Amino acid sequence: MKFEEHAAKPLLARHGIAVPKGALAKTPDEAAAAAAGIGPVVVKAQVPTGKRGKAGGIKLAATPDDARRHAGSIIGMDIAGHKVEKVLIEEQMPIGRELYAAVLNDPESKGPLVVFSTEGGMDVEEVAATAPDKLLRKPVDIRRGFPRADADALVRGQGLGAAESAVADALEKLYAAYAAFDAELLEINPLIVTQDQRVVALDCKFVMDDSAVIRQRDIAGAGTPDRLTGLEARAKRAGLKYIELDGDVGVLANGAGLTMTTMDVVRHHGGRPANFLEIGGESYTQARPALELLLSKPGIKSLVINFCGAFARTDVMTQGVIEAIEALQPKLPIFFSVSGTGEEEAIKLLRERLGVTPLATMDEASKAAVDAAR
Amino acid sequence: MIVRGTDRVIVMGITGKQGTFWTERMRAYGTRIVGGTNPSKAGTMHCSVPVFATARDAMKGAGFDVAVLFIPPLMAKEAAMDAIDAGAKGLVVLTEHIPVHDVMYFVAAARERGVPILGPNTAGAVTPGECFAGFMPAFNERIFRKGSIGVVSRSGSLGTLLCLNIVQAGYGESAFLGIGGDPIIGTTTREALVALDQFPGTEAVVMVGEIGGSMEEEAADYARTMSKPVVAFIAGGAAPAGKKMGHAGAIVMGDKGSYASKRSALESAGVTVLETPSDAGAALKARLKR
Repeated sequence: MKFEEHAAKPLLARHGIAVPKGALAKTPDEAAAAAAGIGPVVVKAQVPTGKRGKAGGIKLAATPDDARRHAGSIIGMDIAGHKVEKVLIEEQMPIGRELYAAVLNDPESKGPLVVFSTEGGMDVEEVAATAPDKLLRKPVDIRRGFPRADADALVRGQGLGAAESAVADALEKLYAAYAAFDAELLEINPLIVTQDQRVVALDCKFVMDDSAVIRQRDIAGAGTPDRLTGLEARAKRAGLKYIELDGDVGVLANGAGLTMTTMDVVRHHGGRPANFLEIGGESYTQARPALELLLSKPGIKSLVINFCGAFARTDVMTQGVIEAIEALQPKLPIFFSVSGTGEEEAIKLLRERLGVTPLATMDEASKAAVDAAR
Repeated sequence: MIVRGTDRVIVMGITGKQGTFWTERMRAYGTRIVGGTNPSKAGTMHCSVPVFATARDAMKGAGFDVAVLFIPPLMAKEAAMDAIDAGAKGLVVLTEHIPVHDVMYFVAAARERGVPILGPNTAGAVTPGECFAGFMPAFNERIFRKGSIGVVSRSGSLGTLLCLNIVQAGYGESAFLGIGGDPIIGTTTREALVALDQFPGTEAVVMVGEIGGSMEEEAADYARTMSKPVVAFIAGGAAPAGKKMGHAGAIVMGDKGSYASKRSALESAGVTVLETPSDAGAALKARLKR
């Protein structure tokens, strides 16, 4: 789950990292009022995406009137598909230099990775491409954490001068926040050194591990849930993983890998998948609500149902599908492919209850569905 | 990590519905189940084996090599640490949705002691003709038959489908390793590829990957050095960018993790990349020339 800047910065502050004074505003008047209490400010669009500056979503305002004007133009703006509904009004800082600091879950080292660079303020991918030697990477053993001595060692010799110790201190605290909040990514870009040698987080990107939301309830409410379509939200409430796509061949399969593959095979045969919808894992008994959901999307012309049972029993899933078909009486053509745990019973059920014989392979079933949608 | 028929296996969380269902199937197939755990049912028997409070107790009371975890997400770290501290030689962690910080914790502890982990979020491992650990349809002869093809898969259901295609083409499997769909896992694709390459009786490897992360790219570096042929299928070519496709690890961010990146890395390493799983048999025949 992503946290917007205004929700992430107080979490840094909780761990002792300095952040600019600021307030959230939802209208131009609120922006002006906030600026009046701060002085010269920055007006920053709050959306769960990067590149806000390039999109014109970050403006300097010397006076409350400027803040009102900029907030008026930024609120309502569309940034990478996100409509801006609020702005952060934040004090302007006397920037000396811009650094980069982050802690993230690193699949390669299978542990946390602290990343630091003296080249902050730009895209970290850009630094990685143009000046890889300026990007310091320190894998961490999560059992031991990232003590101050490690932070000192990482920033030593980086030409930070009098700010070196304060930067190391910020890195230690950043790691502590990452650990405390189950972060997948906690990034400060830029981490600035002010002209008077203070170290301040000017921006913050925080992504919480979705699997940890359940034990981070006290802060999870401040996060920004994924934007879902009506059907996606309905699926989520039913405990199903559903993603709406723009095609006309409905896809139902068990397991993430097999569901993606069914989409791939539909496309391989010249069709366009209408959705991702899997009922694997713990949701394999959810075939009936899954099918109801799938059929309620307008524009679906055919359906491919592909079950390959490992943990998920194909007979249980097939039973659910048959019940849904009997209840909903869908008019569109449906093609089955069934193999794995429970297949004999599943095939028997399909023959007896629906008079249908599954096709021999998922390719045949997918191709039949693609042809039927034409 | 390849589980052998001689390995003594405990099932942690043996008394639950799924723990019970799959323990019975594992035993029936030939897996040497010697015990299970459930702190509140220690001292009883379940599925004809003794139940212990902890893996440490199971080590003292029965002795074991491999622990299979049917444990809820927020309790998985403690159970995995228990098994590692008990002296397990390997762990199969089936649980999905374990907080990643917990995963990194027990993976670090296991690595320090040289204990391999399959998972989390794996369907397990099958060594046809010997045993299986997890919830795979090892007992289905259309899907698993003793043979010479090693299989590594991030997905249980898709791995099962590839195995079906392998058997339909007249081959069998030397071993199947489900490594799991999470972003951080104990055994990577590359590590599984190395294990299968070195496993006696393996003549070719089928690699079943998916979009997200860079594991297939890393595995390609090893595949380049192998004398045995490698055939791969990568799921998710039709998936939109920026969306998690069911598996927490299956997400494309920018170029990283994309289908195109994986496909080109594998092809440049001499791996045959399949358009559809149904082509697996033909590709193996072409590469093995039999």
